[in-house]
Amino acid sequence: MKFNIYDLSSFTSSINQTLMENCSPFWAVTIEMVLVGIAILSFYAIVGLYLVYAERKVCAFMQCRVGPNRVGPYGFFQTIADLIKLLMKELIPIKNADKFLFNLAPFIVIIASFMALAAIPFAKGLHAIDFNIGIFYVMAVTSIGVIGILLAGWSSNNKYSLIGAMRSGAQIVSYELSVGLSLVTIVILSGSLQLSTIVEAQRDGWFLFTGHIPALIAFLVFLVAATAETNRGPFDLAEAESELTAGFHTEYSGIKFAFFFLAEYMNMFIVASIAATMFLGGWMPLHVGGWEAFNNIMDFVPPFFWYIGKTAVVIFIMMWFKWTFPRLRIDQLLTLEWKYLLPINLVNIIIMSFVVLMGWHF
Amino acid sequence: MRSIINYLKEIFGTVRALLKGMGVTGYYFVHPREIVTQQYPENRATLKMFDRFKGEVVMPHDENNEHHCTACGICEMNCPNGSIEIISKIQLTPEGKKKKVIAKHIYHLGMCTFCNLCIKTCPSNAIIMEQTFEHAVFNRAKLTKVLNQPGSKLSKGDKK
Ligand code: SF4
Ligand code: SF4
Repeated sequence: MKFNIYDLSSFTSSINQTLMENCSPFWAVTIEMVLVGIAILSFYAIVGLYLVYAERKVCAFMQCRVGPNRVGPYGFFQTIADLIKLLMKELIPIKNADKFLFNLAPFIVIIASFMALAAIPFAKGLHAIDFNIGIFYVMAVTSIGVIGILLAGWSSNNKYSLIGAMRSGAQIVSYELSVGLSLVTIVILSGSLQLSTIVEAQRDGWFLFTGHIPALIAFLVFLVAATAETNRGPFDLAEAESELTAGFHTEYSGIKFAFFFLAEYMNMFIVASIAATMFLGGWMPLHVGGWEAFNNIMDFVPPFFWYIGKTAVVIFIMMWFKWTFPRLRIDQLLTLEWKYLLPINLVNIIIMSFVVLMGWHF
Repeated sequence: MRSIINYLKEIFGTVRALLKGMGVTGYYFVHPREIVTQQYPENRATLKMFDRFKGEVVMPHDENNEHHCTACGICEMNCPNGSIEIISKIQLTPEGKKKKVIAKHIYHLGMCTFCNLCIKTCPSNAIIMEQTFEHAVFNRAKLTKVLNQPGSKLSKGDKK
């Protein structure tokens, strides 16, 4: 089996070949699906846990504290300990709650983020499904998550949960537009909806640079709208602790609460990786068209690390937002979307189309 | 036209203000020196409590085992939680006069809210706040303390 860290497609295709030689195509595909599932599941758990840890550390440093530092070196195992604690907690049944929907809701939220993860290109060849409408698919499945949130709020039989869920619904319906339109701006530039093509098109420079002004505006709009879409601060009205106890997941305990919690961080990871893929070139190393020596040096870093690094930068910016800005009121939230982000976005799409038509991009 | 200019002005003004806020948090993020957290068990040897910290009520004694408490009971009356009990006894002075002296100044640390009232109202400044804070014990009875040391007596200078 060949393993080349710079191009994992040979590795994945050699696995495929071995399986195809040894069993029928049906079993080969089944085994591949199970393998991919396990890989994504473990990736999910690790990333989820360590994002929680990273968030607590970042937040602590921004507030002049040290954050978790007792479990393991620098508190590295703190979130694992927290997870074990949550696993052992009692699942409290709620009186007069709609049992079926109440239990279903966390799974919808978590499955939505799982499905999105499948279409994200992690590195060259490390890509579960390469749809030709990849970015459209990712946007579609990430918005399924809000159904889970609405169900959670509705079925808990608790007014705080319901208010939180309704806020979250209003928020996602409006911000979905901005996310979509800012991605459309980049789709205009790349001319493709397929994520692998989009990444490949950034070989000579990331879209953030080649698309210059309109791409930069689209990136900023995307950052704001994506933060709102994931229900993170300063747009965390759906769970506004000080007003709604915990919003839509007030009534959840134990592992079901942990599902919501993990899904929130995974959604952040997913939007950050979309931002990295669409604007910052995904796993593509930093290339400047024409500088051969520079490009070759950059190629030494394996694509997977480029991808993780870019995603981490975007995640850090989102955390920075959360721990700097105060929470918006619901009317301010909607004003921001409908009076500012949406018009800016629409104008920006026109500018981008014009730039592409005139060939003014690099 | 004017409204468009105002609209753009508003956007840029907001972005500037938000960036300024992010600058502050970003500064703290890259300056770990600004961290104010006390890493308690590690810095136990060097930890210095701030001036107004109140740990427990104590009665200072000087080298002759003498204190200033006249057993007047004012602290007991002023304590809102009943954490102080004054047990006094009558002693005969060499001149043959009867005099009230302190037998036991009992202080219940477990009931004290560190309001400082006893210290403020003591007319002889016999008690003060100590800055100790490691008060955990395995038995609640240990939180009841007798502040005057055994065999101690009223300091000479305070005799009226
Ligand atoms: S401590 Fe002060 S107030 Fe209390 S009995 Fe003694 S002299 Fe009086
Ligand atoms: S500090 Fe307050 S509560 Fe404590 S013993 Fe003195 S008067 Fe009572």
